Amino acid sequence: MEWYRLTGSILSLMGALFLFLGALGVWRMPDVYNRMQTGTKSTTLGSILTLFGLGVYHPQWMGQMLILMLFIAVTNPISSHALARAAHHIGIPLTKKSVVDDLVEEEEPRLESMAEMEER
Amino acid sequence: MKQSTFSLARLLVLVSLAVVLALFYAIWTHSTDPGNLSIIFLTALLVAAVFADTRKMPAITLRKILYSLAYILFLIKEIIKSNFDVARRVIQPVMPINPGIVPVKTKLKSPIGRMILANSITLTPGTLTVDVRDDHFYIHWIDVTDRDEHGATQAIVSGFEKYLEVIFG
Repeated sequence: MEWYRLTGSILSLMGALFLFLGALGVWRMPDVYNRMQTGTKSTTLGSILTLFGLGVYHPQWMGQMLILMLFIAVTNPISSHALARAAHHIGIPLTKKSVVDDLVEEEEPRLESMAEMEER
Repeated sequence: MKQSTFSLARLLVLVSLAVVLALFYAIWTHSTDPGNLSIIFLTALLVAAVFADTRKMPAITLRKILYSLAYILFLIKEIIKSNFDVARRVIQPVMPINPGIVPVKTKLKSPIGRMILANSITLTPGTLTVDVRDDHFYIHWIDVTDRDEHGATQAIVSGFEKYLEVIFG
């Protein structure tokens, strides 16, 4: 097996591993904001590594892969920021473990519990 | 005299924008034929001239280019670090989290600089930009070590700001 095939495969595997850890984090974390954290970070590096591994495996694809990596790195944080902002805006509460919330919404009162949120 | 140097700088911005646009298209389509490339570049120049507002763009200097490269390397390092941070937290039986939303203050003035700073904060270990209000960012921090605004700014923002201040002024 040529060296670049092996390197590409290992890189893609590492990307898949980070994506798996991100999925595990989304499942285990207590509230929407912490889930967003693990979701954003691991999908960014996971996708980038997978694409980079693919680029190493097929060297003629490397240019396209670099452009895709750039787009993922630019757009991924924007989407997670939009989701977190919307979640906070409609008043989804932080987990009980939270120590501080200095972001005060003016328009609507915050919900007290998850049960109240489901009622709505 | 001043007028002519000013327009020369604008032309430089326009041409470099066109080069970037043409490069993206050429890489994406695997174009290597010189005739093809020249048509791509001329089209990109036309697009840049028609749609770009050069007055809003910062002037390009060598110092800014070097700082941008250093910034990209710094960001890659932070992204890798943040993934190992996430992995470390997720695989432990009791997750070591201490979350909260804290305000931080930025010194940056330009909107695009602030946007890049907010996105970079989202990509760094344990922080997520929830909202931006004027010069304050509200950061969801997975492990709040400092609830004070000044301390949080030191911990989260200052690493990026020293690059972005030079790049965007």
